[in-house]
Amino acid sequence: MGVPLPLWSPALLALALIVLPVLGLFARIDPARLPALLTSPAALTALELSVRTALIATVLALLLGGPLAVVLARSRFPGLRLVRGCVLLPLVLPPVVGGLALLYLLGRTGPLGELLRDWFGLTLPYTTTAVVLAQTFVAMPFLVVSLEGALRAAGSEYERISATLGAGPWLTFRRVTLPMLLPPLGSGLVLTFARALGEFGATITFAGSLRGTTRTLPLAIYTEAQADVDAAVAMSLLLVAIALLVILVARPKAVEGRV
Amino acid sequence: MSDRTDGPDRATDGSRRAGEAPAPSQVDPPEGGEAGEHGGLAAEVRLRRGEFTLELSCGVPPGEVLAVLGPNGAGKSTLLTALTGSVRPEHGRIRLANHTWLDTRRRIDVPTHRRGVGLLAQRAMLFPHLTALDNVAFGMRASGVRTKPARRAALEWLRRTETGDLGDRKPAELSGGQAQRVALARALAADPELLLLDEPLSALDVAAAPAMRGLLHRVLGQQRRPCVLVTHDVLDAVVLADQVLVLDRGAVVERGSTQRVLSRPRTAFTARIAGLNLITGTATGETVRTPRGRALHGSVVEPTTPGEPAAAVFSPKAVAVYPSVPEGSPRNAIPVRVVGMEPLGDVIRLRGETDSYGPEAALAADITPAAVAELGLRIEDEVFFAVKATEVAIHPVSGG
Repeated sequence: MGVPLPLWSPALLALALIVLPVLGLFARIDPARLPALLTSPAALTALELSVRTALIATVLALLLGGPLAVVLARSRFPGLRLVRGCVLLPLVLPPVVGGLALLYLLGRTGPLGELLRDWFGLTLPYTTTAVVLAQTFVAMPFLVVSLEGALRAAGSEYERISATLGAGPWLTFRRVTLPMLLPPLGSGLVLTFARALGEFGATITFAGSLRGTTRTLPLAIYTEAQADVDAAVAMSLLLVAIALLVILVARPKAVEGRV
Repeated sequence: MSDRTDGPDRATDGSRRAGEAPAPSQVDPPEGGEAGEHGGLAAEVRLRRGEFTLELSCGVPPGEVLAVLGPNGAGKSTLLTALTGSVRPEHGRIRLANHTWLDTRRRIDVPTHRRGVGLLAQRAMLFPHLTALDNVAFGMRASGVRTKPARRAALEWLRRTETGDLGDRKPAELSGGQAQRVALARALAADPELLLLDEPLSALDVAAAPAMRGLLHRVLGQQRRPCVLVTHDVLDAVVLADQVLVLDRGAVVERGSTQRVLSRPRTAFTARIAGLNLITGTATGETVRTPRGRALHGSVVEPTTPGEPAAAVFSPKAVAVYPSVPEGSPRNAIPVRVVGMEPLGDVIRLRGETDSYGPEAALAADITPAAVAELGLRIEDEVFFAVKATEVAIHPVSGG
């Protein structure tokens, strides 16, 4: 089927809206200063912190969000729809609001934060742990939603067959459900990592922007943009490069439109 | 929960333990027949779903096949979900040999994976990430058999379902018919106490269905476990089932031996869904020889071996009625006594009985009202039902 002509011009406009700003970023670069800017201590520290926290957040999302996806897709209980809606909350909520929410729950005077401080001597805000929590909060729904969708699409018929062959629920999960989930799991993890890496609003609200402990790459870019635009642009290039790497190497199927 | 709970300690078979050398009947498909002891199925079920209520009791002796016939929505699949244990009836008792799977009064409800219930469904549902061989080995692996012996036994099961050369393939590389054969091997290799066939041929194309039906006929004839076949195709019941149970809106309309129910339906409902003529005897090439020595000529659908029980099946629409022995083309002319006439749409269904083709041969012919008038047909008239050999299909039937 041919694409109707009237769709072409808005489609091209949309593409331009996505691609041109990124190209503009390249145009702004001063090639002479680029190597020095990319290897500046501020950039490298922020990059290392970003990758480390985003990886931990992705693992957390997998360990907690994976089981949540299975429960949402396979169990039946009253209020299931409400729970599913709550999971989507971080996707629709502005990240700043999420950061504030985390701060008022886990901050020094928050109900849970007070407990943590009195019982364990822990204070979370403005620590690297807070960065990880903020990233997990914002990115985990990507994993839950993509996994839950894959589980629902696969249906429970295979699991029923597995039970008739004598495999109990846990064995069925390991030998049937899990192997069939691996391809969608891969793309879900890539999306989650990418989202965690780019997290800004929740992080700056809940964890602040302390160099070396909470100033991830996006935060460093924002900070530098007010002082040294060239440095901010160079760091932005780093993020663009990582994003391209994710799309080209991992090629998340959800991004390409086939699940 | 631990892996142990997934082990072989099914409530139905306490003799197997994880790690122990598996019983020979489980690993090595015995030559010829099943060595394992199997008991019969006895089930009483009442299950309500919305406005629909399924209420029935049935029994299947070991080695026999019960066909559950009925239109869509009759409750056939609901019955299967109760037998597998994925749905719990309000009231019911399901026993297999000496093991109780379900007794609502005694609050017993054995979960599916401990029942030992093999299921061959409409679609093969082979696990897509496993090879055909590992699919078949799955049940044995789940009950604690080690990989190597499980694979060896699985290969033997693949050979028995005529897919011995497909073991390395992934399900995506199999045709519908091949996948269904592998699925049958998988269900049997888990050594179930009860085998359930849920419309096993309805998703196959016209070329693959008769071959699969023939295979099922051979494999089911060699085994000693009770089997429930759910189908809407009367032909499946003819070829595979010993007993037939007809369901309508959740209730049993009729039950009895396949031949009796299908050739002499006692209710109009069964007659409507049966709608075919069935003469049984023994196969001899392209003919079926009846116990009284008559022969019916036809064409073979699933291969039969000479001397094997077989049925000649033809539609009432294919029958022409003659007042005397017709001359010329039709090779089959059956003398019958007219015992009934009823309108069926725009034709008249003529019911005839014949003694010369066996004690249970009741036949039907659909002819136009004009033909009835022209022949001056009345009840008790002696006429001939003629049917061309090309209209007669010869199928093997269950000999049990």
